[in-house]
Amino acid sequence: MPEQLAIRLRSIVKRYGDIVAVDGLDLDVPEGTCVGLLGPNGAGKSTTMKMLTAQVIADQGELEVLGHRLPEESKVARAQCGVVPQLDNLDTTLTVEQNLRVFAHLYRLGRAERGPAVERALELAKLGDRRHAKVDELSGGMRRRLLIARALVHEPRLLLMDEPTVGLDPQVRQELWALIDALRAGGTSILMSTHYIEEAQRLADTVTIMSQGRAVARGRPAALVSEHAGHEVLEVYGPPARLAEVEAGAIADGLRTRRTGTSVTLIGVDGRDGDLPDGVRRPASLEDVFVLLTGEEIA
Amino acid sequence: MIGRRRAAGRLGRLERPAIQGVLFREITNFSSFWRSTTFSSTVEPTIYLLAFGFGFGSLVSKVAGYDYVDFVGTGIVATAVLFSSVFPSMFGTFVKYQFQHTYDAILAAPVDTEELVTAEALWIATRAGTYGCVPMLIAMAFGLDPSPGMLAVPLIAFGSGFGWACFGIMIAGILKSIDNFNYVTSTIITPMFLVAGTFFPLSELPRWAQVLGNVNPLHHTVELVRHAAFGWDAGADLAHLGALVLFAAVMWRLAIRAMERKLIT
Repeated sequence: MPEQLAIRLRSIVKRYGDIVAVDGLDLDVPEGTCVGLLGPNGAGKSTTMKMLTAQVIADQGELEVLGHRLPEESKVARAQCGVVPQLDNLDTTLTVEQNLRVFAHLYRLGRAERGPAVERALELAKLGDRRHAKVDELSGGMRRRLLIARALVHEPRLLLMDEPTVGLDPQVRQELWALIDALRAGGTSILMSTHYIEEAQRLADTVTIMSQGRAVARGRPAALVSEHAGHEVLEVYGPPARLAEVEAGAIADGLRTRRTGTSVTLIGVDGRDGDLPDGVRRPASLEDVFVLLTGEEIA
Repeated sequence: MIGRRRAAGRLGRLERPAIQGVLFREITNFSSFWRSTTFSSTVEPTIYLLAFGFGFGSLVSKVAGYDYVDFVGTGIVATAVLFSSVFPSMFGTFVKYQFQHTYDAILAAPVDTEELVTAEALWIATRAGTYGCVPMLIAMAFGLDPSPGMLAVPLIAFGSGFGWACFGIMIAGILKSIDNFNYVTSTIITPMFLVAGTFFPLSELPRWAQVLGNVNPLHHTVELVRHAAFGWDAGADLAHLGALVLFAAVMWRLAIRAMERKLIT
């Protein structure tokens, strides 16, 4: 039996005037998995996310969400999706509970279902004791938890998250990771766009790396690392002149490099030893792959 | 897969649950600011009534066959409808779209732009239907006699309010900056507000102004409200009603089109 796909994109193109935001993108999200859409700012991640709710209409290509063809059948698909937007759009003068109740209505839960659904969402977001607090009074982390809980109030089959932890403290980010990981374990299909490498590495079953509107690589994070960067990389430290020299030597030697501020990283050094400059070996990371493939440094 | 898709099909247009969902959001939000809205919607027409009714009324006792207080008291219903529909819809829509990103959240749910715009306009029209009656009630305190026809006033105010709400949503959908609203207020809303037969009868104006008055939906609102209060004029009132319905229907479709262009790219 073929694998059931929660999301299936084929040859998607979206242009804004002369700018091609998405340029022939293919993307699959198998049901019950978490796929990370990783890419630098401007890679086309948000445009892609908005296509999945038909708020952006593709110029070319095929889109299916939960078996429904978009944009024609988008409304049926949307009823079974939860969306966590990049920009917080909670109703700030309403209470936590009111925000959830509004979405229980918008997602068409029946009268008897709404109360339990709101309670479940409060529990999930650990905001039970703040249910009567206005959104204005919540911390940034609480608002994000509420935003995620709001997307889950109708127990969607598919969760779309656009940069779910952008701008949050590391500690708050880890709290959210635990929440997202629990959802994935519960069988919810998830597509998550992010430009945080660690987030994709920890949460995603597979990662699609986007650059300039195209998918430049896809696979399990560990497989992507060994395929594109090998097992280990060599980190060479030194003054700028020395780094430039090492970089030039490595490129002449057929190695790939990346600059990371105070060091230069030599990639593809597995099985080589004596002929290389002095440096520190460390395991290759998804960040190395990301930089290699997108040509962008991490902020 | 294909079988399931067919079975589920596509959801219809203008579905009641979608409209109810948006209305529920609006009503919940309104519960946090109804006091200030009700205050201004009550005080403003009272000030107009006092200023014109007593200021102007001391110079003229009768206008177009009515006591001036009765004339203005019924006319200001239309002003109240205009102010309680066009401004909340223009500014509210723009703020929800541009600053609060509320519409992004709503359109990610199973709600289409057509349903969103319709629900927003219905809610504003309901408020206009209610607040529109306030000046008439205040005028009663100053001597306007109640009549059974006045029971139609909330409905007239609702219909007119729906049209103006859609007009405001359309403007918010077309204009790129909230500052540009001033152009619309100065060139469309203020002239319409003044040349509607609220404070003085159009029959005394030059011919061209009378023609302009007849394309002003607010004028038809004023006439219908006055006739509701003082006696219907079947032929004329059907024409006024027809004009209001046409205005509301055209604005409704234009508002949907403008917002679709803005929200779906």
